[in-house]
Amino acid sequence: MIFGSINPAVLMAALMVAATPILLAAIGELVVEKSGVLNLGVEGMMIMGACMGFIIAVNPGSPLIGFAGAAAGGMVLAALFALLTQALMTNQVASGLALTLFGLGLTALLGQQYVGITPPRTPRLDLGPLSEIPFLGRAFFRHDIVVYLTVALVGAVWWFLKFTRAGMIMRAVGENHEAAHALGYHVKRVRLFAILFGGACAGLGGAYLSLIRVAGWTEGMTVGAGWIALALVVFASWRPWRAMAGAYLFGGVVVLQLNLQAAGVRIPVEYLSMSPYLITILVLVLISSGRARASLNAPGSLNKPFHASS
Amino acid sequence: MKKLLTAAVFAALATPAMSDDPTKVGFIYIGPVGDFGWTAGHDRARQELQDHFGDAVETSIVENVDYGADAERVMTQMALSGTDMIFAASFGYGPDVNSVAGRFPDVAFQHATGYIQDHPNISLYDARFYEGRAVLGHIGGKMTETNTIGYIASFPIPAVVSGINSAYLHAKAVNPDVEFRIIWTYSWFDPSLEADAAETLIEQGADVIMQHTDSTAAVRVAEDAGVMAFGQASDMVDFGPTAHLSAIVDRWAPYYIDRVQALKDGTWEAQNSWMGFAEGIIEMAPWNDRIPAELQEEADALVASIAAGEYHPFTGPINRQDGTPWLAEGEVAEDSALATMDFFVEGITSEFPN
Amino acid sequence: MIRLEKRKEPSRIWRIANPFLAVALTMIAGGLMFAALGKDPLVAIRLIFFDPLFSETFASYSRPQLLIKAAPLILIGVGLAIGFKANIWNIGAEGQYIIGALFGAGVALAFFPAPGWYIFPLMILAGAFGGFLWAMIPAILKTRFNTNEILVSLLLVYVAERILAAMALGLMRNPDQPGFPGSRDLRRYEAAHNAELIANTGMHWGGVAAMIAVIFAYVMMTRHMLGFHVKLAGQAPRAARFGGVSPARLVVICLGISGALAGLAGMFEVSGPGGQVRIEFATGYGFTAIIVAFLGRLNPLGVVLAGLLLGLTYIGGELAQMILQIPGAAIQVFQGMLLFFLLALDFQTNYRIRLTRGAAA
Repeated sequence: MIFGSINPAVLMAALMVAATPILLAAIGELVVEKSGVLNLGVEGMMIMGACMGFIIAVNPGSPLIGFAGAAAGGMVLAALFALLTQALMTNQVASGLALTLFGLGLTALLGQQYVGITPPRTPRLDLGPLSEIPFLGRAFFRHDIVVYLTVALVGAVWWFLKFTRAGMIMRAVGENHEAAHALGYHVKRVRLFAILFGGACAGLGGAYLSLIRVAGWTEGMTVGAGWIALALVVFASWRPWRAMAGAYLFGGVVVLQLNLQAAGVRIPVEYLSMSPYLITILVLVLISSGRARASLNAPGSLNKPFHASS
Repeated sequence: MKKLLTAAVFAALATPAMSDDPTKVGFIYIGPVGDFGWTAGHDRARQELQDHFGDAVETSIVENVDYGADAERVMTQMALSGTDMIFAASFGYGPDVNSVAGRFPDVAFQHATGYIQDHPNISLYDARFYEGRAVLGHIGGKMTETNTIGYIASFPIPAVVSGINSAYLHAKAVNPDVEFRIIWTYSWFDPSLEADAAETLIEQGADVIMQHTDSTAAVRVAEDAGVMAFGQASDMVDFGPTAHLSAIVDRWAPYYIDRVQALKDGTWEAQNSWMGFAEGIIEMAPWNDRIPAELQEEADALVASIAAGEYHPFTGPINRQDGTPWLAEGEVAEDSALATMDFFVEGITSEFPN
Repeated sequence: MIRLEKRKEPSRIWRIANPFLAVALTMIAGGLMFAALGKDPLVAIRLIFFDPLFSETFASYSRPQLLIKAAPLILIGVGLAIGFKANIWNIGAEGQYIIGALFGAGVALAFFPAPGWYIFPLMILAGAFGGFLWAMIPAILKTRFNTNEILVSLLLVYVAERILAAMALGLMRNPDQPGFPGSRDLRRYEAAHNAELIANTGMHWGGVAAMIAVIFAYVMMTRHMLGFHVKLAGQAPRAARFGGVSPARLVVICLGISGALAGLAGMFEVSGPGGQVRIEFATGYGFTAIIVAFLGRLNPLGVVLAGLLLGLTYIGGELAQMILQIPGAAIQVFQGMLLFFLLALDFQTNYRIRLTRGAAA
């Protein structure tokens, strides 16, 4: 009776939307980490994207230009991170955390004039007859375009890492930068591109919040989404499709617990509200137990500085 | 507790400020002034205060001050720098205000929504948000077609709980079939979670969304879904021109101006003020045109009768959720009971957290 | 063409000079920002870096406050630094801090209102144990199931925050104030109060514990076999394994130490400056301490200096907000700049800048 009011198609639709911003940021960070760099500044780049995307979308009044601006905003912070960690060889963990602090402060300053106004509306994609298919239509074919582009991006990253030469080089750089360097690959250049890509993706994830999901700008509005994205990359063992599965799992539990609350199910609210985190941990334990360390897939040079000595 | 109940009035602080010296007033905020919610409401009032007094008052703020050691330090530094009056604009500053006030007896402290008053230089002030919630309930109860109202709540603290109860009682009074669905977010501000919560409530049949969280996300979601919503703390009509029926707007300015004037006159004394429509501390955002004229008149009348003291939103008979009587016929709730409310009233189906 | 060349030995001069240079550069860059915001840059810089230490009005109060702000950062940072050296990534100190505080406060509330000298020591034990226990979740999941500790420790922060809220609203709520969230004020319960040890110094037991932890960590890292193992595991994990260092044991030890210290920090905070268990008790010390650990170059003594410097910018930042009306966000940007410069200049310690002709490889 309680579950009667919860419609699985609606649940599926809602979790796809809830997962999109963290998935965007996670897929970017996945590429960064695949190249051997750990950027803990995802939250900072996300909020930068949310802010810049909003400011740029509001001024000429176009959500599309807003998203481009968000990607650029994320990339600016990412470039700062690249400058520090690749050119100046700073510690990646500390630089990433500093980036988050900096991004949160900077966007609060930049966005001051933009609180309390609404962005231009992003049109909902009309998929015509597809959206009328029973169950599937409601679950999968009534979203805005960013939801689909995000899924496409996951596929593209998967294809890139697995089947392209550039992707192979990137993995080699991440796995063993000394060897990659010896083979003549430009370790730092590859990493610079990866870092910038990660910044752009995080920026887009932030803009999805400020332009579509929340449709408004308030400082600090990402409230930790960047951290969840970071956790997802680890959860995914650096595999793109698994990152998507992880994002949908996390988003799914969030949406489900809200549904259970609204349906008045007799589970204490505090347990429900912590369930997304606990279930993510639990699933990770289940899938990573009983496997050899090697299968965990962490890039070998992750978070190690590289300096070409010759 | 005793002090809260008696709303004790302490001896006046005989510290009228020098006439040519501006009165220095400090504000500490738990959030950023740009939150478009709680803190923004207090800072609006600060600006009005500044405009009202001009050069005769010098205001200063520190935002994002955490409870505990940070708050204590910021207030102490304010006191050391010659601040005459400090507004601590959040519930959680209670212990910190009391600790600093004991050390600076010449500084007047104003603590919002608190209950601890250990020193004669601490005033407490709060708004009767439940009065506004009664109006929301009345309008929502009449406007809902699905007889389901969704409520996004932050934490199960008395101010939130009394708001839910008040809204429910008044929705129920005009619509016996009304049902409340409640989601607790366990946060004051998490826009994407609030958006998800609003969507969930709408999917489960709610066509009116009320919120006791700070972000504008729910109003926007309601607009997109073609249902109705009430804003929180500020007029959020821009986020949902069709959906936004009204909002309870926090308006602390009249009180702030009054207290600073009292300090200047040397008549400031510790009080415990709980203010609502009557004092102009809360007001309703303009009614949406989609609310029928008749209902608008009813809502105006409800506001007026609460403001005039003719009607109290918690007037018996009211039972607790488990059916045990709480208020007898005609009995009006004590302020102390409202300030510490930790139960749902009869008819709400959700379980009370904890 | 500019290129970096690795130094054979880290430069001692730069190691000492860098922090000063970084502060100077931050003053210039931050000053420009303040000027752009229409605030007097010189006054702003003075308020942030000098007034908390030397001004007549504030210093006697804010100097001790520096210790209060820095003590938890140092206590947590020292523990994290040990783990980071061994490449064990405890990102969830914030969660351990919360659980430590809840355990410590739980003991106090259980004994309330009994007097007794033994209550506070019990709270210390409970706080350390709480943090330890919370850190053992990622540790055991890692050693038993190969689960990544970054993810588990981080997600457990959110779980701890929910537990904290539930405690403040439920089990630990002050029974004398029904309805209101938050526990009793432990500062008003003498046997449990982590008071200032010497009036107006800011030194409470948390500060003492931080000093002990620093000394302990320093001795361990430089003199003890365990410290050697930690470093070896961080720099050459294979060699460490062949050398008989058990990775599982090291994970448990490193996470255990950092968890216990974070728990202690939480307990000293809740029984002293923080005062009570409240929904918003956790304010990010556990995350800031990660930065502190790295700014201190994972060296216990460095962590002390980094903690004090960061503490100074917090306190000075509040003064700048209050007196100059600089937005809080600008202070955050300023802190970010300081971190960037501190990190960026560090390259001079290990690298030297060479100008070469022609293209470099």
